[in-house]
Amino acid sequence: MKTNDSTRSGGSKAGKAGGAARGRRGAARELNFGGVWSYAPAPEATEVAPIPARQELFVGGAWTKPMSGRYFATTNPATEAVLGEVAHADARDVAAAVKAATKAFPAWRKLPGDERARYLYRVARILQERAREFAVLETLDNGKPIKETRDVDVPLAAQHFFHHAGWADKLDLLFPGQSPEPLGVVGQVIPWNFPLLMAAWKLAPALAAGNTVVLKPAESSPLTALRLCEVFQQAGLPPGVVNVVTGDGATGAALVRHPGLAKVAFTGSTEVGKEIQRTLAGSGRELTLELGGKAAHIVCEDAALDQAVEGVVRGIFFNQGHVCCAGSRLLVQEGVHDAFVQKLARRMARIRVGNPLDKNTDMGAIHSQAQLARIRELVADGVAAGCELHQPACALPKKGFWFPPTMFTGVSLGHRIAREEIFGPVLSVMTWRTPDEAIEKANNSSYGLSAGVWTDKGARILWFAERLRAGVVWNNTFNRFDAASPFGGYKESGFGREGGKQGMRAYVRLQGALASG
Amino acid sequence: MAASSSLSGLRVPPVDAVALETRAADLGTRSLKKAAKVQGLKLAIAMMDLTTLEGMDTPGKVRQLCGKAARPLPTRPDVPACAAVCVYPDLVPVAVAALAGTGVQVASVATGFPAGRIDRASKLREVARAVRDGATEIDMVIDRGAFLAGRHGFVADEIRAVKDACGPAHLKVILETGELKTYDNVRLACRLALHAGGDFLKTSTGKVAPASTLPVVLLMLEEVRDHFLATGRMVGVKAAGGIRTGKDALKYLVTVAETCGDRWLSPAWFRFGASSLLNDVLMQLEKERTGRYQRPTDFSAD
Repeated sequence: MKTNDSTRSGGSKAGKAGGAARGRRGAARELNFGGVWSYAPAPEATEVAPIPARQELFVGGAWTKPMSGRYFATTNPATEAVLGEVAHADARDVAAAVKAATKAFPAWRKLPGDERARYLYRVARILQERAREFAVLETLDNGKPIKETRDVDVPLAAQHFFHHAGWADKLDLLFPGQSPEPLGVVGQVIPWNFPLLMAAWKLAPALAAGNTVVLKPAESSPLTALRLCEVFQQAGLPPGVVNVVTGDGATGAALVRHPGLAKVAFTGSTEVGKEIQRTLAGSGRELTLELGGKAAHIVCEDAALDQAVEGVVRGIFFNQGHVCCAGSRLLVQEGVHDAFVQKLARRMARIRVGNPLDKNTDMGAIHSQAQLARIRELVADGVAAGCELHQPACALPKKGFWFPPTMFTGVSLGHRIAREEIFGPVLSVMTWRTPDEAIEKANNSSYGLSAGVWTDKGARILWFAERLRAGVVWNNTFNRFDAASPFGGYKESGFGREGGKQGMRAYVRLQGALASG
Repeated sequence: MAASSSLSGLRVPPVDAVALETRAADLGTRSLKKAAKVQGLKLAIAMMDLTTLEGMDTPGKVRQLCGKAARPLPTRPDVPACAAVCVYPDLVPVAVAALAGTGVQVASVATGFPAGRIDRASKLREVARAVRDGATEIDMVIDRGAFLAGRHGFVADEIRAVKDACGPAHLKVILETGELKTYDNVRLACRLALHAGGDFLKTSTGKVAPASTLPVVLLMLEEVRDHFLATGRMVGVKAAGGIRTGKDALKYLVTVAETCGDRWLSPAWFRFGASSLLNDVLMQLEKERTGRYQRPTDFSAD
């Protein structure tokens, strides 16, 4: 693998960028970092989040042993150390969980909305009180930096419970004249990239609307969902309203196939999403899918470049790029390509990669060996295709799974790194000349989850937003989430929305003259 | 950008306020422990322009301040001296005498500080006198009225004229960002000062709120960084006013370290302008050394 941590002037003509001569002079006046003052290690203490050696399933409000008697280990991706064992649920355990949720449903749906809200508010407050514990636990199990779990994952998870608690007694206002009713038992399968946050996104609206739930966390990151069950117990949530079954893909398959479900909600890969859709076809069960993405940033010449650089960094290196809406394609207007790529390369060199528990770490560990292999494969393909690789020189820990922040320039739309979801810290840079071309390139993807527009001109923002085939379009920012804002995709990125009013719609059945689909 | 008094209505690339402030806030979350904290706090002292700019300033007050600047904590020889003492022009001779042989520089505000509303000839006379009296650093104010009226060439010409009047003294150009209001204005003012030959960009007089803020200083650092990368000429940045705690000072240093890097992590290229910051930094340093906080009255109130 060829690495190149200095910036290049790329293939564009000399001229306004200053050309090769300036580039050569520039090398002598490069900036230096870290030689005068370096930060001492600042690790977050882990005592706040002890992990039991073995954890059972959460069914009917009680910790239940798996019928198979089997357990599997979950590891810390940053050290490969085993954190603990969790129960492996099979189809019998899933059936028991669905049964418990079915039993709990009549009473839970009948509860006045403000009573349900009270439980959700309580859950949100307890999450805030135990925020540090959840942040540490999430970092240990997932590999993402403590800075993110502390400042993003946990506060946002709490916000989702707060926000949806507010809807619980206002469903009639939300869907006036349409008699909103809960669906029944909902099966939810969530991914490993935001284990707690995805649990909150899925559980909060389902519970607010009066549904009961069987949740299947990802095999490789089950700990915070299990810890959340403690919060439900602490909040006095009636038994069976939320059930959590841990396990692998087979467990998830058993859940989505279960005839007792009224709805399945899935966040994860497009491949598995398609499989679920095939399974549910004709069953009458509702389905929402939130799948992959290959989001485009469109950077215009008039954008605030330094801030756009920050946004692009946040877009692709946040959570190691393990984000379905990650801004993995950068479409830069040709006139600012060289300047932008230079700024970006310098900024990438400032990203601190390492111990996720260190409060100064910007990028943590790749979540798994398998994911690392996938990233390596696609990066190798980018190199083989002749794209120019830019990686800052950074020392990676020996143990665990690691990959440096990576950028490819000279990418064409046909390259695999421009088409396939890498789900890692890899950015593919392309250029455009006219806004039409930018739109055509941005929409030239099987996915359509998110996009970013970077320009100082208001009219241009609206022009782009109107034409981008993406569920979320950010302007002069990226990867910003809010419980009140609907999130979801077009095309192979799935259907259905999560968050806000639109998110509530996915968890109610509407009746009356105004009801539709 | 040519500086000519006919230039007006200049535009510079936009700054996105929300994203700039987000980045500054993000830099502000860095956690500095143990050796890194001690080193940062000492660096902050070495970068400090200890300042007194009051109508009630007297030779006695200035001498006390000079004593403090030369030896901030006499019992701890490992604590460095401040970079400079900053006073009004008429008190420059007092400071020069008090600081002789200490290595601490004498900085003088000039050009009708803080409003700058006097004629150019008087401004230049004031600068020349301060330099003649021994000031090695001149902190001028830009003409904000002219700037906001769009007379950008006039502002740049004045900076150039003051720079000429400075002779060997270093020129710090006070933008008074609290009066410029927008980040776009700050960027434009930075570029005027950079192109007119300023040696330092300085945020504020300390007489207008807000004085220095982290996002403004981040923007100024980005400007001097890009100016250096484009021209090879280094220009310093001085954050002045409103920085009162060691914790705040460390946030600024983190911003310097991650924006401009090693070259700027020196009193030659980054300064704090402050009057009450020093004692808090000393208190934090002593806390790191002893593990306990001491009473504010344990530190001299010069």
